[in-house]
Amino acid sequence: MGRLLLRRLGGLATTLLLSSLVIFGSLYLAPGSPENVLFGSRMPAAAARAAARHRLHLDQPLPVRYWDWLTGVLHGDLGTSMVTGQPVADRIGAGLGTTLLLVLLTMLLVVVVGPALGLAAALLPGRVDAVVSSLTSVSVTVPPFVASTLLISVFAVRLGWFPASGLGDGLGGEIGGLVLPACAMAVLSCGFLGRVTRNAVREQVEREHVQTALVRGLPRLVVLRSHVLRNALAPIVTAVGLLTAGTFASTLVVESAFAVPGIGQLTIQSVAQKDFPVVQAVALLLVGAFVLCNAASDLVQAVVDPRLRETGSTS
Amino acid sequence: MKKTLVRTARRTAGRLGRSGIASAVFLLLVLAVAVAAPLLAPQDPNRGSLLDAYGGPSGAHLLGADGIGRDLLSRLVFGARTSLLGPVLVVGVSLLAGIPLALAASWYGGWVDAVVARVFDLVYALPGLLLAVLAVALFGPGLTPAVAALSVAYVPFLARIVRAAARQQRVSPYVDALAVQGFGVLRITAGHILRNIAPVVAGQAAIAFGYALLDLASLSYLGLAVQAPTPDWGVMVSDGDALLKGYWLPVLAPGLLIVLTVLALTVLGARISGDKPPGYLKRRGRSAAPADRTAVGAAA
Amino acid sequence: MTAVPLLELSGLTVDFATEDGGSRTLLAGLDLTLAPGEALGLVGESGSGKSMTVRAVTRLLPPAATASGTVRFEGRDVGAMDAAALRGYRDSGVGLVFQDPRAHINPTRRIGAFLTEALRHNRGLGRREALARAEAALAEVGLDDPARRLRQYPHEVSGGMLQRVMIASVLLAKPRLVLADEPTTALDVTVQREVVAVLDRLRRERGMGMVFITHDLDLALAVCGRVAVMYAGRIVELRSADTLHERAAHPYTLGLLGSRPSVDVRAERLTAVPGRPVSAFEAGPGCAFAPRCAFAAPVCEAAPPALLPFDGGLVRCARAEEIHAVRTSKEATA
Repeated sequence: MGRLLLRRLGGLATTLLLSSLVIFGSLYLAPGSPENVLFGSRMPAAAARAAARHRLHLDQPLPVRYWDWLTGVLHGDLGTSMVTGQPVADRIGAGLGTTLLLVLLTMLLVVVVGPALGLAAALLPGRVDAVVSSLTSVSVTVPPFVASTLLISVFAVRLGWFPASGLGDGLGGEIGGLVLPACAMAVLSCGFLGRVTRNAVREQVEREHVQTALVRGLPRLVVLRSHVLRNALAPIVTAVGLLTAGTFASTLVVESAFAVPGIGQLTIQSVAQKDFPVVQAVALLLVGAFVLCNAASDLVQAVVDPRLRETGSTS
Repeated sequence: MKKTLVRTARRTAGRLGRSGIASAVFLLLVLAVAVAAPLLAPQDPNRGSLLDAYGGPSGAHLLGADGIGRDLLSRLVFGARTSLLGPVLVVGVSLLAGIPLALAASWYGGWVDAVVARVFDLVYALPGLLLAVLAVALFGPGLTPAVAALSVAYVPFLARIVRAAARQQRVSPYVDALAVQGFGVLRITAGHILRNIAPVVAGQAAIAFGYALLDLASLSYLGLAVQAPTPDWGVMVSDGDALLKGYWLPVLAPGLLIVLTVLALTVLGARISGDKPPGYLKRRGRSAAPADRTAVGAAA
Repeated sequence: MTAVPLLELSGLTVDFATEDGGSRTLLAGLDLTLAPGEALGLVGESGSGKSMTVRAVTRLLPPAATASGTVRFEGRDVGAMDAAALRGYRDSGVGLVFQDPRAHINPTRRIGAFLTEALRHNRGLGRREALARAEAALAEVGLDDPARRLRQYPHEVSGGMLQRVMIASVLLAKPRLVLADEPTTALDVTVQREVVAVLDRLRRERGMGMVFITHDLDLALAVCGRVAVMYAGRIVELRSADTLHERAAHPYTLGLLGSRPSVDVRAERLTAVPGRPVSAFEAGPGCAFAPRCAFAAPVCEAAPPALLPFDGGLVRCARAEEIHAVRTSKEATA
């Protein structure tokens, strides 16, 4: 278990380092120099341009700049926004809580509704299964932005239950404003998790060890809880990890759709404004969240399935 | 000649099942509309008159008009073009890059396989949407950078399946038999292994097509891929103004088309790779003796 | 027999629904009686219907299978039991030792949890009491360091040990009947004998009845009082174990014994039965074994032979008399 943890952490650090290299390198190889963002459409004098380049450390070679940036990141200094002049860490800090709350709300919805749908389909073959399976196979194709428009038109415009954009005041207001965005992202994920749960439970029900439990005369609920569900947990946990990671990516879309001031919206804004230091930092943050979710799901899997603990591999 | 064609068609239909055939027909229809858009669209998708703004369905506009009076049906018809073109490019490029890599990895094994697998894992760790957003940050908004970034992101999605399937084939006796007969690597992998795993690859490609369509539509919705005046389903959904004013058709019609197309693609993909439809278990005959294995959870 | 038999199968038939809507017979009218404390061997190749018999007796048939005929346990009709009665029957009436313990024991839970769950949920025992009994049972089946075994996971012990764990789980339930479905087939040759010996000893000590299913005729003869040889979903010969070697009358049994007598000029010695075993649904109108039988005659292809008393046992062969006559004359001259 300890070795597996170390291995996963090592892999995590490597992935993060490599992706930081890709992100940093690619953004600075971009056509059009970053300092142009500062001048906008004005044509600066050569001296002013050189001064700006020096101030942004653009006159130094790429490896040096990468090293400076990386050591800065490790010390919590993410640089300065080229558009607002604020420290990047402040801009991210302002939205991070909101985004985390949004992802948390979404995943709460998903882990409650998804497995419930999947269980119903797996344990009640026939009509219930047919209805739930059709429902989930449609809902996995509804992207968050389409779901957003649907939810806005019904619950914000028609019924006026929730705001169509932005957040209210206080934690209550914030959660109120995040309900619709969370639902928009949950539609697809619930369908996905429902299907995974159904198939995993179906597979376990047919397993030999479940027959053993039945033939020993154990009560059905016990068989269901300690054998079927217990063993179906591994694929479900993997799916939850994947979906959490995917939800972080989806915040890019949904926060823009609902004007939620989180880091997803910040990313899209910064991309439009070519605010490279911010883009770099949020991109790295999102990749970090993505990789962390996958690693966490691997570890939880090892807890769930003792056979994975020794070999230390999940494939 | 004609007979074999009929037979092939019948065999394919049997494999796809009813839902698979319905999906294929729908997709062919969308494709035909996209190709013949200039012939089918009743009006110029980009010309509007403000007098018709948010007009409901009428003789002049069968599905009504959007906020600046452009014909909705014509925009949907032309929108099929950009909405399908992007995913076609993404899946095409990913297959072109991914299949040779995966086949080489499965054939040579050893360090080639290890390196390719590592790279796949790394790319797989990056969400495609984020890669595309980064590409847009670099090169500015447009379909090209978005497609380029997604092409890279989708290589592992397709190539991992190809690698796994090809590895199974690699160890089967017929491959050894071919190698003993003196056939070259290219001949065996391209002519035999790839042929045998074609259904799996095609199925996965159809599913990838659906996901790519969703990703590109999301990007267009954000204004990062296809640009606003061009008719595109993703762009059309982003008309939040119409929604707030209570006109849902200009927004939900393209949304529905996206969902239906992706649904058809996933169903078709699953059938091509050989998955059974969800309800198939119940058709396997009844049993007089109580079947306890399936009734674990049913109320006792 | 005047006493109520422990297990009584009459006319047990199992049909399988196929994907294309047809149906296939896997077990064709099985009649068997087992007295309390008796051990009966059920011997046959794969597809002969042995495992289907176990599944029918425990009502564990797959959903596509249909059973007809009756299974009686201590006089009660198993097919007619309600959910509660079925649970009681499975808990303390019958115990099952499966072929592959790795597949049949939940890999994600500790051995202690596997052994104690039936005691705790069905008998209402406390955790500590159940664990103590489990530890004692593990010692009885010959596992060293039983306290440590309880804390281990199935993948941490060998297949032979795991099969002993399975046997221990049956002991803990104290059933009147043990069904052992090829209990050693998945194990290494070296541990097979030990596991069978443990099973045999504990069964005798506790006076449990046993149906021992195997494809190994010698193994069945070693632990069972009577042996039923099955072919294509039917019993072809039923005889007491100590007389089977000398008196085996069915050509298939003779083939399994590896002592095929030469009745013809062609005298090549065969140690295995030639050809491929068939299932009940593949058999023609006549004797299912005829296509592989060295003694097959036109009479065999015409109609299915009946299971008739012969030489102290039951034999399903139209030419049993003739074959017996040739054998005995051969032995006399030898």
